[in-house]
Amino acid sequence: MNMRNLMLFAGVAILFVLTGILQSWNLSLSILNMALLSAIMALGVNIQWGYAGLFNTGVMGFTALGGLAVVLVAAQPVPEAWRAGGPGVLLALLVGAGVLAAAIALHKRMPRGRMRTITLLVVLTGGFFLFRALFDPNAEAIEAVNPATSGYMGGLGLPSLWAWPVGGVLAAAAAWGIGKTALGLRSDYLAIATLGIAEIIISVLKNEDWLARGVKNVISLPRPWPVPYEVDLQQDPRFLQVAAEWGFDPVTGSSILVKLLYGGLFVAVLLALIWLSERALNAPWGRMMRAIRDNEVAASAMGKDVTGRHLQVFVIGSAVIGIAGAMMTSMDTQLIPGTYNPLRFTFLVWVMVIVGGSGNNWGAVLGGLLVGWLWLIVESLGPIVMSGVTASMADGPLKAHLVDSAQHMRLLTLGIVLLLVLRFSPRGLIPEK
Amino acid sequence: MDLVNALVVFANFVLIPATAYGAQLALGALGVTLIYGILRFSNFAHGDTMAFGTMVTILCTWGLQALGVSFGPLPTALLALPIGIAATAALVLGTDRIVYRFYRRQKAQPTILVIVSLGVMFVMNGIVRLIIGVNDQNFSDGERFVITAREFKAATGLAEGLAIKTTQAVTVVAAIVVVAALFWFLQRTRTGKSMRAFSDNEDLALLSGINPDRVVQITWILAAALAAIAGVLYGLDKSFKPFTYFQLLLPIFAAAIVGGLGSPLGAIAGGFIIAFSEVFVTYAWKKVLGYALPDAWAPDTLVQLLSTDYKFAVSFTILIVVLLFMPTGLFRGKS
Repeated sequence: MNMRNLMLFAGVAILFVLTGILQSWNLSLSILNMALLSAIMALGVNIQWGYAGLFNTGVMGFTALGGLAVVLVAAQPVPEAWRAGGPGVLLALLVGAGVLAAAIALHKRMPRGRMRTITLLVVLTGGFFLFRALFDPNAEAIEAVNPATSGYMGGLGLPSLWAWPVGGVLAAAAAWGIGKTALGLRSDYLAIATLGIAEIIISVLKNEDWLARGVKNVISLPRPWPVPYEVDLQQDPRFLQVAAEWGFDPVTGSSILVKLLYGGLFVAVLLALIWLSERALNAPWGRMMRAIRDNEVAASAMGKDVTGRHLQVFVIGSAVIGIAGAMMTSMDTQLIPGTYNPLRFTFLVWVMVIVGGSGNNWGAVLGGLLVGWLWLIVESLGPIVMSGVTASMADGPLKAHLVDSAQHMRLLTLGIVLLLVLRFSPRGLIPEK
Repeated sequence: MDLVNALVVFANFVLIPATAYGAQLALGALGVTLIYGILRFSNFAHGDTMAFGTMVTILCTWGLQALGVSFGPLPTALLALPIGIAATAALVLGTDRIVYRFYRRQKAQPTILVIVSLGVMFVMNGIVRLIIGVNDQNFSDGERFVITAREFKAATGLAEGLAIKTTQAVTVVAAIVVVAALFWFLQRTRTGKSMRAFSDNEDLALLSGINPDRVVQITWILAAALAAIAGVLYGLDKSFKPFTYFQLLLPIFAAAIVGGLGSPLGAIAGGFIIAFSEVFVTYAWKKVLGYALPDAWAPDTLVQLLSTDYKFAVSFTILIVVLLFMPTGLFRGKS
C-alpha cells in the first residue's frame, strides 16, 4: 500500500461521501453494500484470472448457487412437503449421482471399444429413466403442498450466517465438476463451459420449484445474526432514546443502522478474504501460481502439476464468489432467479477486475468499489441527467425513447471503459507488483 | 398403429423446426469458426453482431414497409438484408481497425482478445438496446405459410396436418445458398485459398506473399454477412429480442466446438447436431408414440425427456461430452 493507492481508495471514499451528502445516506450505503459484495466477487475472479490466467465467465452461476445456499440453510422447513416427497427426492438425487459414478467407473475399468460404449449408453439411458421415475412423482408431491405459499421443501431453518460458507462449498463443488472437464484444454473452452454452466444453474433455479420455488421466488428469508429489523428498532425504546438524543428521524435512522451493520459484516468478510489472499499470493504457492500463469511449459518442466493447480485455484476463486452470492441473498432476504443477468453478475465483475488491476487483490477491491458505485449511481442519476439533457426538446416519441434508454447507456459506457483500460492501461489502476 | 400419421407429426413438430433452427445455428457457427480460424480467438461479440445486423435490417424493413414496398409472398426483410449486411460489415471493420488491430500487431494472447471482444460485446449490446430497445420485435410479413396444416389435411386426407412456415422455407433455402457460395469462395477463389492457407499456417502464408490485412478484412466481412443473415433468419422465424441473441452465443459456440473450431464443415454439422438434440430432448413425444406404437402401449405421460427451459443444458451436455472425448471436435478443428 503506497501513497498513490491510498489516494485512490480515498478518492472512492469521497465518491460515496458525496453521494451521501448530495443524494441521501441511505442510497449511498446501499450502493456501498452492493459495491462491497461486488468487490468480494472481483476478488474471487482475480484469484482465478490474476493468479492463474483462468477465464471464468460463469460468475453469475456461482453467485446464484450462493443464493441457493441461503434458501437451503436458512429458510423455514416445510414439514408437510418433507413428508410428501423429501426422502424420495433425496433418494432420486442419490440414485442419479450413483448412476454417474457407475458410468465413470465403468469408463475407467472397461477396455476401449464398442462394448464399453454400448454399456455406458445403456447405463446412462437406463439411469436417466430410473431417476425420472423416482424423481418426478416426489417432486410433484412436494410442489403440490400449498403451492401458493410454499410448494417447496424449505431449508433447515438455521441461522443465515451459516449459509455463507455453505454457498462457498456449493460453488466450489460446481467449479470442481466444470474444471475437471474443461481445464487442461484451450483457454477459450473454459470460458464457453462456464458460460454454459451459469445459464444451466439459473434455469435449474427457475424451473425446479421443489428446490427453491422457481420463478415464484423465495421471500422473507431471515436476516443474518446481528442485523435487526427496522420495524423492531422503531419500537425499541433504547433506540428511540438514542435517536432523540442525537436528533435524527427514527425511521431513516433505523434503515441506516441496518445498512451499516450489513456493511460492517461485509467489510469483515472482505478483509479476512484479502488477508488470506495476500498471504497466499506472497507464499511459495502464490509464486508457483504466477510462474504457471506466465509460462506453463517452463512450470510443468519444473515438475509443477499445471492442470491440478489450475483446478485448485479455480475451485478457490469460485468458492469466494459463492460466499459473496450467499451474502447478497441474505442481505436481500429473498431469492429471485429472474434477476440474475450475465451482464450484471458476470461481465460487470470482469470490468471491475480489469479496471482495478488484475493480479492485485487491492486493485480488484478498488475496481469493485469504483465500478460498483458507477453502475448503481448511473441507475439513479441517468434518467435525471437524460431528462435534463432533453428538457428543451418537444415532448414526443423521440424524447420518451431517449429518457427510457438512459439505462442502456451504462452498457455502452462500461464497454468503452473496458476497451479504453485494456488499450491504454492494461495493468489497471493498481497494477500487479 | 398408424405410421404415416406418426411421421407427419414427427415432421411437423421435430424435423422441420429443427432443420430451420439448425440452419440458423450453422450460419452463426460458421461466422464464429471463420473468426477463430483466421484471427485465432473466440469472438464473444458474435451474438451481438447478429443482433446489430438484424436491427439494421428491421429498421430498413420498416422503412420499406412505410414506402409501400413489399416482396410479394416473401418477407420484406429479405430486401432490406443487403443493407443490414453492409452496415454490419462496416461496423466490424471499424471495430477491427479501432480495437482488434492493435492487439493483433502486439501478438496478444488469445484470452486477452476474448476479453477485448467482451468489451466490444458490451458496446454493441448498448448500441442495439439504445436504438431499438429491449423488447420483442416481430418483423415478418408476406405469406405466413407455404403449406398450412388444413391444406395438407385436405390434400392428403390424413388426420394430422403438416405446416411449413414461409420463414422456415426461406431459412433453409437461404442457408443452402449461403453455404454453397461460402464453400465455393473458400475452395475456388484466390482470396478464399489464401484465407485457408493463412488459417493452416500463418507464417508460411506470410512467406508466400499473402497480405494478412486483406485476409483479416475479408474474414470480418464474411463473418459480418453470416452474422447478419443468421440473425435475420432467426428473427424472422422466431422474433427479435437483443437478450435472446446474446443467449444464442452458447448454442452457437457449442455447435462450432462440437464440429471442431476452425472447420467450416464442422460448424454446419455442429449446428444441426445441436439443433436436433435440443428439439429431440425437449419435444413431448406422446403424440408421435401414440401413433407409432400399438394402442396398448400408447404412453399416457408426455414422454418429454427434459422441459424446454433446459434447452441450454442440452447444448451444454453435448459440449462437455465432446470436450471430454474428442477435444478437437468431430471434424478435427484446432485443439
